[in-house]
Amino acid sequence: MNYLGKDVELKVVGTRPIRPDGVEKVNGRASFGADVAVSGMIHAKVVRSPHAHARIKSIDTSKAEAVKGVQAVITGADLPDIPSEEAFVGEGPANFREMSHNVIARDKVLYDGHAVAAVAANTAAIAEEAARLVEVEYEVLPHVISVEEAMADGAPVLHEDMFTQGVDPKPTKASNIAKRVEFKLGDSNAAFAKADVIVERQYTTQPVHQAYIEPHACVVSYNPDGQAQIWCSSQGQFMVRAFCAKLLGMDIASIRVMPMEIGGGFGGKTLVYLEPLALALSKKSGRPVKMVMSREEVFRGSGPTSGGTINVKIGATKNGRIVAAECETILQAGAFPGSPVGPACMTAFACYDLADVTAFGYDVVSNRPKVAAYRAPGAPISTFAVESAVDELAQKLGMDPAEFRLINAAKNETKAAYGPTLKDIGYVETLEATVASEHYKSDLGEAPKGKRRGRGVASGFWFNIGGESSGATYVNEDGTVSVVSGNPDIGGSRASMGMMAAEVLGIDVSRVRTTVGDTASVGYSFLTGGSRVTFATGMAVTQSAEEVRDDMCRRAALIWEIDAEAVEWRDGAAHPAGENAGKFDPLSLSDIAAKSGRTGGPISAKCSINAQGAGPGYATHICDVEVDEETGHVAVLRYTAIQDVGKAIHPAYVEGQMQGGAVQGIGWALNEEYIYNKDGGLDNPGFLDYRVPVASDLPMIETQLIEVPNPRHPFGAKGVGEVPIVPPMAAVANAISSATGVRMPNLPMSPPRMRAALDAAKG
Amino acid sequence: MAKIHVTTKINGEDAEFLCEPQQTMLDVLRDELSLTGSKEGCGSGDCGACSILVDGRLVCSCLMFGAEAAGTEIMTIEGMSDGDTLHPLQQKFLEHAALQCGFCTPGVLVASKALLDANPNPTEEQARYWLAGNLCRCTGYDKIIEAVMDAAAEMRGE
Repeated sequence: MNYLGKDVELKVVGTRPIRPDGVEKVNGRASFGADVAVSGMIHAKVVRSPHAHARIKSIDTSKAEAVKGVQAVITGADLPDIPSEEAFVGEGPANFREMSHNVIARDKVLYDGHAVAAVAANTAAIAEEAARLVEVEYEVLPHVISVEEAMADGAPVLHEDMFTQGVDPKPTKASNIAKRVEFKLGDSNAAFAKADVIVERQYTTQPVHQAYIEPHACVVSYNPDGQAQIWCSSQGQFMVRAFCAKLLGMDIASIRVMPMEIGGGFGGKTLVYLEPLALALSKKSGRPVKMVMSREEVFRGSGPTSGGTINVKIGATKNGRIVAAECETILQAGAFPGSPVGPACMTAFACYDLADVTAFGYDVVSNRPKVAAYRAPGAPISTFAVESAVDELAQKLGMDPAEFRLINAAKNETKAAYGPTLKDIGYVETLEATVASEHYKSDLGEAPKGKRRGRGVASGFWFNIGGESSGATYVNEDGTVSVVSGNPDIGGSRASMGMMAAEVLGIDVSRVRTTVGDTASVGYSFLTGGSRVTFATGMAVTQSAEEVRDDMCRRAALIWEIDAEAVEWRDGAAHPAGENAGKFDPLSLSDIAAKSGRTGGPISAKCSINAQGAGPGYATHICDVEVDEETGHVAVLRYTAIQDVGKAIHPAYVEGQMQGGAVQGIGWALNEEYIYNKDGGLDNPGFLDYRVPVASDLPMIETQLIEVPNPRHPFGAKGVGEVPIVPPMAAVANAISSATGVRMPNLPMSPPRMRAALDAAKG
Repeated sequence: MAKIHVTTKINGEDAEFLCEPQQTMLDVLRDELSLTGSKEGCGSGDCGACSILVDGRLVCSCLMFGAEAAGTEIMTIEGMSDGDTLHPLQQKFLEHAALQCGFCTPGVLVASKALLDANPNPTEEQARYWLAGNLCRCTGYDKIIEAVMDAAAEMRGE
């Protein structure tokens, strides 16, 4: 059933209770991956490649093994050789064989930081010392870092067996281009003839890291009976279980994964790095093994998102209607195929109602860490380019950028270029709210001498997904309720799960405790990603709570000796449905719980579903900047994020997603980038030189929640976590353009780049 | 090398431990004393997740040797609440939803306490600059700043 409609009075959903895991997170007692300790535990460190591209001629581990306190050393030879097979869990396209080769190199290292061996010892210090004694002989090969280099004729080829997919005829020569994708509606090429104004420009973005503050960490215990336990922080305990089973050649049932608290992920913890190595080391040493990455290892050895080169061409009539649009997106995949080029192309024009549109792209490997998902993977990259071009088009037409978007906005029944017909979307509402907002109407104020102010807007889209999810509701003997979710809680989902259950059961949310189940205590759930948890797992939890509620009505009927249909659930208690049902005092949840032994035993329900019908998310952001003409520094003065959230279950955590996503986007826009030296080494693997936004860089991030409910979710929820990172880069760039008249097509718009662009504009 | 015997005071109680000369205070807290509330996000003093107070001064415990704790008074996140009573900052962080993943939270709270100890009436700008050494990747800092300003007001009795 659903709880939409004007006559439904919600008592819990839409309020802002304190999250169930809150207190232990403010008093330091919450247990993250690196906080785990088990009996007999030893510590392991990874040996990483100093080269961007090299053949491994030999590895000599004897000196490391001879160090007192060393318990085991592994190399690629200690993991089974597995065939190429598409991964059946995880986010984005992945291949088990490539995953195994990314976790530990076999015959070649493919990037600076690629793991080649691992050493386990009694202490972390001994493991680190012994790791330095592992002798690897390399034959250094020529490397490629940028996509342009990687795609050039005669470029060093990373994988001799890789032939571009999606092109006809099939190539006969191996290259670094893994695949080509294309999405098309109508005939964009011909339609440009109808345009009065055309904007055509190339844009580039740099790879940026998710930069979660908690480095990857795990403890793994492999027992002599072949059973293993893994404690780790990840975005999916079931993902870790499946990947480890596959990479080590084990049964899924032989691995139990305990999801620890996760210190941020943003997509970067949707795959494994350390767990398979720790498993192999535990098996070899016979001891539980703990592994924790350093920050440098996180930057060098785990996946950022792609950098890209994007060519956009958009044409419009003089009355402001876009008539043709094209976008080519070339994305860096890192060392193995699997950049988010598909979603980048699919999302590029999803904000607009277009008849003639083409988006195509290439997935290109180069000697960088294999990319991982990062919040709305691919969309921020193509959207930065498209939303910059849309802004430039509005400038050329002399139109207000929000009004220009309103003329062209996708609406219900718009056929999107990537396939589906859009339903129950709230994009127009975000634009109308933008135009009506106090921020948009406000005066920018006078800039101090030597500085210029401007305002920009940009929009963004993300699909949001559903998928396989499990949840359970247990009524406890004292009338409290335990809810179990199958998904790691990355930003407050335990609160929203408990709230939905409390709403269904008609009880105060303080009586519901939500925990995240391990792989042996809750049904399978696809990982926490795709903005799916509140939607899909929320649906599973809601259905399990409904089953419990219906069961309690049956129990009341038994006690009253009437038909179950004659009982209704109201305000946390069973009531006779009407006059004819008989006269009985209501039986509360606690009353029924206390008598459960006499009415059939414990009251609980589990629900496993494949949730369909996730509603896409749209957002429009407004950004005011002040550009310092002397230093090139760009300060964000004011920022507003407006988003269609479907229905905010816990509005504070929805706002938090919007604010956090916007700020990550501001970092992407202004500062963050991977910097490689001429040898293919990463020059800035630390927070000092890879600069994420800090508190003093930012204003308050204002939010406006638009609620266009998704009728396919019981409470109308849509995913909210990813779309907030889609608009910011273009919003900042458009604000800079309005402030200075200078268009910044290359990210990051850091002070040296900004200053150079201002100087070039002066001539 | 022989371990160093260190006598100190942690969260109001006498404490002693043995540590290697090169062991950081963060590693001592986490590995020797089982005080895992202080987190390692970078190990280089850039993220602030390991923030503690040493004689009232805000310090990244990853940049301090364990041996340096001798004769000092240390406060970690575990010592912030008064028994069952949360510090006003802790309470306001919960009420304002000023945490998402919670990993940076201990460090942010310790740094915020140091701020309010030094300046009970900070401006928003002062709070933002004081907390510039504490990275948070989840929240965008908005609700953290709100919570700190609200806690400051409450502690001033407003």
